[in-house]
Amino acid sequence: MEITLKVNEVQHTLDVEPRTLLVHLIRENLNLTGTHIGCDTTTCGACTILLDGKSVKSCTILAVQANGKSVRTIESVAGADGHLHPLQEGFKDNHGLHCGFCTPGMIMRSIELLENNPNPTEEEIRWGISGNLCRCTGYNNIVKAIEYASAKNRGVEPASTEPQFV
Amino acid sequence: MIAQSFQYASPGTLAEAISMLDKYGEDAKVLSGGHSLIPMMKLRFANPEWLIDINGIPNLAHIKEEGGVIKIGALTREAEIEHSDLLKKYFPIFADVTKLIADPQVRNRGTVGGNLAHGDAANDHPAVMLALNATIVATGSNGERSIAIDEFFHGFYMTALEHGEILTEIQIPEPPAGTGSAYHKLERKVGDYATAGVAVQLTLDSKGVCTAAGFGLTNVNPVPLRASRSEKALVGKSITDETIAEAAKYASEDCSPSSDLRGSEEYKRAMVAVLVKRMIHKAVERISK
Ligand SMILES: Cc1cc2nc3c(=O)[nH]c(=O)nc-3n(C[C@H](O)[C@H](O)[C@H](O)COP(=O)(O)OP(=O)(O)OC[C@H]3O[C@@H](n4cnc5c(N)ncnc54)[C@H](O)[C@@H]3O)c2cc1C
Ligand code: FES
Ligand code: FES
Repeated sequence: MEITLKVNEVQHTLDVEPRTLLVHLIRENLNLTGTHIGCDTTTCGACTILLDGKSVKSCTILAVQANGKSVRTIESVAGADGHLHPLQEGFKDNHGLHCGFCTPGMIMRSIELLENNPNPTEEEIRWGISGNLCRCTGYNNIVKAIEYASAKNRGVEPASTEPQFV
Repeated sequence: MIAQSFQYASPGTLAEAISMLDKYGEDAKVLSGGHSLIPMMKLRFANPEWLIDINGIPNLAHIKEEGGVIKIGALTREAEIEHSDLLKKYFPIFADVTKLIADPQVRNRGTVGGNLAHGDAANDHPAVMLALNATIVATGSNGERSIAIDEFFHGFYMTALEHGEILTEIQIPEPPAGTGSAYHKLERKVGDYATAGVAVQLTLDSKGVCTAAGFGLTNVNPVPLRASRSEKALVGKSITDETIAEAAKYASEDCSPSSDLRGSEEYKRAMVAVLVKRMIHKAVERISK
């Protein structure tokens, strides 16, 4: 079936089988391998992308369901000149990643989280990323990274970026 | 995991979707949020030959108030229900339940219509709709029909929907003054189905006498269960420690949970009693606010 969709502002027309998952289209047809497959069962959130601005798990959406829609992946988050997004900067400076496998999904989810709630409490952040699993960090520094980005987006001096070892 | 091959259609009108469902019969399935169906297809528990995607059909995703009835379109996403001011005004129970359904990404896709049409006693909306006395509207080639919620759930993954029918709307009577509602489920972790869940809606008159009660139970029975004896234990009476204890006891006796990884039958019955008590208190607290 022929579908047309926008991925990171670039229009693509592709012929896909209806059973192709969106995450496979992104990774295999478009070679955008920043979007990861962790569990393949809608649990871990590593495959999170934005579909028309909403964070969704691309392992549980058919590519044909994205026909006519707009997809955003982690590859679009940094500026064209390599300038990091406040979330990327936050994860880097706060040790919000160890192996990095969960990070693209965490960041795509957090983009929508901060759009809906620019100044979330710690509890709201933890609920907000409850669909994303991290096997390395213990989450504390991920929460710090999101708090950093929230502060930076609001023009507030982010709190100390000293890593928290708990 | 990749599903077995199938054909996909995305009709732009309800009439077109219904005629496709009629044409392909048992070989076709409706696709809404896809967050129960696609996982089942990936595991090959479901192998439809046709998927009829209804997401492109207009006017199926509303939340509105009309003539004393709150109408929720079947395609309304959980995230929209979670943040709806109209629902918050009448039914605090929806904020309780949506927060406990899966996680934010799943709630951006999953629909309330799909949650009910799936016919799974582990899903959370069925118990809520029992407590709220909802009516299900189904549309097929013969037009619309209304199905009382008590007639809707027939068995494991079985509902009153006929082949060729699409669940289009859920209608809930606007509650009278003095009404409060609450839902909670015990879950092992975010995204887990309920070990046990209890939905309650109560109406009290000015003297504190209960004039209406609705109780629905999640995942402690082969089909979503109305705890009728608990309702009768409260209606016409004041909410006291004794009447609450009676309602809790009846619910824990009348359900039929199975022992599994989430707990033994005995444990689940005990948790039903605890949750009934807590949800009655919470509903009453909300009335007095
Ligand atoms: C990780 C994860 C965790 C979850 N946790 C919970 C939870 O805690 N509680 C909970 O309640 N649910 C949970 N769910 C299920 C989720 O809420 C589903 O979205 C919901 O059960 C089905 O809604 P859907 O719109 O995705 O339906 P779909 O998956 O599209 O459809 C489900 C079934 O209903 C039929 N159907 C759908 N819409 C209609 C319609 N309008 N008319 C007729 N038939 C229709 C389909 O043909 C299919 O058989 C979870 C799902 C996942 C992936
Ligand atoms: S790969 Fe999609 S949620 Fe884990
Ligand atoms: S950094 Fe390794 S899974 Fe999160």
